[in-house]
Amino acid sequence: MTSKTPIHLDINGHRHELEVEPRVTLLDALRDHLGLTGTKKGCDHGQCGACTVHVDGQRVLACLTLAAQAEGRAVTTIEGLAEGDGTLHAVQAAFLEQDAFQCGYCTPGQIMSAVACIREGHAGSDDEIREYMAGNLCRCGAYPHIVAAVRQAALEVAS
Amino acid sequence: MRDFSYLRANSIDAARQAAALPGAMLLAGGTTLIDLAKCGVTEPDTVVDITHLKGLDTVTVDDQGAMIGALARMSSVADDADIKSRFPAVSEALWQAASAQLRNMATIGGNLMQRTRCPYFRDPANFPACNKRSPGSGCSAIGGVTRGHAVLGTSEACIATYPGDLATALVAFDAIVHLGDRQIATDDFFLLPDATPDREHAIAPGEMITAIGIPASAAARRSTYLKVRDRQSYEFAAAGAAVGVEFEADGRTIKDLRVALGGVATKPWRARAVEEALKGKLLEPDTVRRASLLAIEGAVDHGANQYKIELAPRVVARAILKVGETA
Repeated sequence: MTSKTPIHLDINGHRHELEVEPRVTLLDALRDHLGLTGTKKGCDHGQCGACTVHVDGQRVLACLTLAAQAEGRAVTTIEGLAEGDGTLHAVQAAFLEQDAFQCGYCTPGQIMSAVACIREGHAGSDDEIREYMAGNLCRCGAYPHIVAAVRQAALEVAS
Repeated sequence: MRDFSYLRANSIDAARQAAALPGAMLLAGGTTLIDLAKCGVTEPDTVVDITHLKGLDTVTVDDQGAMIGALARMSSVADDADIKSRFPAVSEALWQAASAQLRNMATIGGNLMQRTRCPYFRDPANFPACNKRSPGSGCSAIGGVTRGHAVLGTSEACIATYPGDLATALVAFDAIVHLGDRQIATDDFFLLPDATPDREHAIAPGEMITAIGIPASAAARRSTYLKVRDRQSYEFAAAGAAVGVEFEADGRTIKDLRVALGGVATKPWRARAVEEALKGKLLEPDTVRRASLLAIEGAVDHGANQYKIELAPRVVARAILKVGETA
């Protein structure tokens, strides 16, 4: 019915040109068109949080965002979190230190969500972390370690 | 998901005109529309993206009340200092809804347009019968698994629950939906299913929500939204209550009371019988519990959702007692 249309996306500070059908989500554009497979597809219906990315600094779900809607916005994915020399973001380092994952599939979404959660000021207590990280499911049940990692990173970011 | 054309609206008028064409749908946060398009429930020919429109995302609060732009995000309204202090029930309904990511995406206007979470409605491949999706096709929920379905406002055609929290608070405090120049009370904006469950909102093709106005009141200032659910977080309400109270000068006699229920009815459900029964009375636990039973007058269960009839009045009573205690 419709043909592919060219769009420009700003991903992790780099400008990408791609041709996609209007129905293509930001998640599929990242994974299938740009080879950025760090962002995971879990439920594809906005229920699991595995596809969490930042758009203009806000954590959102890439599976319910059309790629076309992200045009003109700054998108950050898990690939854009570490520094250029490979130094990990404080949240990434805390996840390693606290062993905050088992299979790792939900981890990129957890980390992107946690970075925003701390920035929003919603990591003040374990209860608050649980509430504001509730949109990221972990089927391995690593939740206690995830909360510990977010708490540790929040303290490090604050100091 | 079937493909569609994508159009980015540059003005409200352009959005309205584009959305008036057959097969066109407005796209804001996308948390309902894209999800339901993937389910095969909505099949737009054209989506009209309104998220790039300017000036529709502001929140202003003064002594008259609040005016919330249709494109304000749920998260920013929930965190707004004036909304928190003057309309706590609105802030609490918002932050207890969905997840942080969804609240960053979903807009206030889009929130009012969200569809039911009835699993039969959401699954056309396995359940072709749904009067909300396909008028006249029947209701797969009646006689099915009904644990989440409504007990109030149902009809023979549909028992789907209205899932939202925000609108419950809006209905309690007489909020007004602004559709450009036209204004309509939130209570009238949401329609009962009756024989036409496919028609959920009093909005016509080519109309667009531009803002929500909430009049200031003492009851809104002393209010809460209590949400009871199967999980502590990131879950729809089994029963929810938006409640606000204003006392007489003695600090004990109820002067004004607002009560609305969520999660148990086919639309946000104002419980005026509870309000009237308690006005002029002292706020005492036994009186409140008795009056709260009026909240589910006329309730009809469909088996597995019978617990809601017992739960809803308890949630109402707890919310009234909670908001009555706080100074």
